[in-house]
Amino acid sequence: MRRIISVLMENEPGALSRVVGLFSQRGYNIESLTVAPTEDATLSRLTLTTIGDDHKIEQITKNLNKLIDVVKLVDLTEGSHIERELLLVKVRATGAQRDEVKRSVDIFRGQIVDVTSNMYTVQVSGTSEKLDAFLQALGEHTIMEVVRSGVSGIARGEKVLSV
Amino acid sequence: MEDIEGAQVELLSGGDMLVRALQDEGVDLIFGYPGGSALHIYDAIFRQKGIKHVLVRHEQGATHAADGYARATGKTGVVLVTSGPGATNAITGIATAYMDSIPMVVISGQVPTDKIGEDAFQETDMVGCSRPIVKHSFLVKNAEEIPEVVKKAFYIASTGRPGPVVIDVPKDVTNPVDRFPYKFPEKLRMRSYTPAGKGHTGQIRKAVALLLSAKRPVIYAGGGVVQGDGSALLTELAQRLNYPVTNTLMGLGAYPGTDKRFLGMLGMHGTFEANTAMHHADVILAVGARFDDRVTNTPDKFCPSAKVIHIDVDPASISKTITADVPIVGTVQSVLSDMLEMLKSADEMPDQSAIVDWWRQIDDWRERHGLYTAPRFRTDGDMIMPQEVIRAVHEITKGDAYVTSDVGQHQMFTAQYYLFDKPRRWINSGGLGTMGFGLPAALGVKMAHPEAEVVCVTGEGSIQMCIQELSTATQYHLPVKILCLNNQALGMVKQWQEMQYEGRLSNSVYEESLPDFIKLAEAYGHLGMKIEHRDELHGKLEEAFAIKDRTVFIDVYVDPSEHVYPMQVMPNGSMRDMWLSKTERT
Repeated sequence: MRRIISVLMENEPGALSRVVGLFSQRGYNIESLTVAPTEDATLSRLTLTTIGDDHKIEQITKNLNKLIDVVKLVDLTEGSHIERELLLVKVRATGAQRDEVKRSVDIFRGQIVDVTSNMYTVQVSGTSEKLDAFLQALGEHTIMEVVRSGVSGIARGEKVLSV
Repeated sequence: MEDIEGAQVELLSGGDMLVRALQDEGVDLIFGYPGGSALHIYDAIFRQKGIKHVLVRHEQGATHAADGYARATGKTGVVLVTSGPGATNAITGIATAYMDSIPMVVISGQVPTDKIGEDAFQETDMVGCSRPIVKHSFLVKNAEEIPEVVKKAFYIASTGRPGPVVIDVPKDVTNPVDRFPYKFPEKLRMRSYTPAGKGHTGQIRKAVALLLSAKRPVIYAGGGVVQGDGSALLTELAQRLNYPVTNTLMGLGAYPGTDKRFLGMLGMHGTFEANTAMHHADVILAVGARFDDRVTNTPDKFCPSAKVIHIDVDPASISKTITADVPIVGTVQSVLSDMLEMLKSADEMPDQSAIVDWWRQIDDWRERHGLYTAPRFRTDGDMIMPQEVIRAVHEITKGDAYVTSDVGQHQMFTAQYYLFDKPRRWINSGGLGTMGFGLPAALGVKMAHPEAEVVCVTGEGSIQMCIQELSTATQYHLPVKILCLNNQALGMVKQWQEMQYEGRLSNSVYEESLPDFIKLAEAYGHLGMKIEHRDELHGKLEEAFAIKDRTVFIDVYVDPSEHVYPMQVMPNGSMRDMWLSKTERT
């Protein structure tokens, strides 16, 4: 099962490599990973998605917790949560394709953020599934370049991950 | 001294600060080897008196010596090496300590900060190299942070599940010119590190109820009981309940080896009675043990009818390979003493008649194939059997020596036949299985306990992996006994090749290339003694052990064809599937 694990860790050099190293060392899989400092400059928030059964996820969270740099973590998929991923895609857009692409962008509530005579650069955000669907809708032949941010997430309601 | 804002503050260079912080942390002994990047630190060591430095002959030796010291004392072992090859040579010893959860702080010199990343002379990314085998590591960025880093390093290394911590110190940080105010922190606050303390009362209560309901209980105790100083409590618990106890390779000595409730070691080369009792148990109390693959054999077939109570200070060890029915996270000491309290005030008692039956069954297993009820090796020929060497040493040292070992058949024979009655006496590389560990570890133990008898049981293969430390023994006058069970082959490798590869001895024999160990020992200034015949074994061993002021290398020629038994059947075997001899299987 796919899980989103959100980690609050010390904003120290080497902290990220410990997290990534743990995954390769113990044979765990990372599907996506995103990390940035929080409003408290001494802390970073890292969100990763991984796939595994309950036993594996339990081991992953236990071993992450063992890392000295890790302050707190939560498996967002355990509860109700919001997840978002940002997609930037360069799409070939010439002739009739220009309107076609524009329509798809509107349907997926994306924005065209850059334009040339042959291309659109499109920004879409949402769940990973939605982004997959958008790319599928565009069709492979029109896509020139894709960049995705990886999943970020936050729990719904009043639950807060903080120190 | 300088007056800063009205307070007297001492100004120290980074190098002096590091050494002073170690002193303030209570360190009085360092094992190490100097080199370019560590020279400022070495100069600071030269100019002080509180810390003794032992110069080893190879950085691996420094880590093993500090490890042996830590295992024998419970204190944190300290290592100092230089950058590059000094640091990488220490890696094997760090990994050894990591696998066995030994508290250790390794300080490595590093190239100057502005050279890091430039492939400078003797540069290696030590924090990166050691990352998978340390509990934590620090790269010191400026001198002012040294006192706090040292304090944190020792705190992390020695608390919770202990382990090695690396402090990588760039040379410029320790330069003698720049001086900074020194203050050793009195308290530490780490928001991201809270080692486990007391266990959950509800869980402990459940565990006690389950224990009391057991009809076929086994207490399975590991290295955590030794490291966590829980032996006395464990012994009290087992004796109060009259339940059988087995120890892992790392746990030997956690429960008295000569007590009748002790079933011997369990696992791959465990006793028939311990492995069979585990297989049939209905309740297993695992204390400070991690269900290692050398213990469980095939996990799916492990103890089919047992409910498992698992006490461990490391939550990640619980339900890793074997699911615990009653997990308890906490220190062995606090959980065991809570359990004892509850047992003392409990109205229930164990089911006495079931326990009597269980003991009757265990005694029957013991009688049939037990390791200690009859000699399980040949005692008629002229060949010396390795098992009887260990038994003789046990007798001569009255079972009270500190025994280190290397890795292989000699290690297993020692684990089986030197019955340890006290914790911290059996010092071996259990998790990583590091050949070359025994001799430097023995030197570390001897530094800690100069008056004690220290024996390194080794083989002609292992001893050659850190043989250079014979020179360290000379320099610091460390009179240990080196007992080499010489079977002229890599015995355990050969045993597997004979059992599983139709006897094809691929690269496990030396073809007449072994050194004359007697002359070798003498070349280092030690005594050498060769024992080749069975009838001279006892006499010569007694002679060797009577010598207290010299390092003695005892080269014992043992039967090269002997295998270690019992040996669990692999792959796909359960706990109780064992070879009992070359021809006998359960």
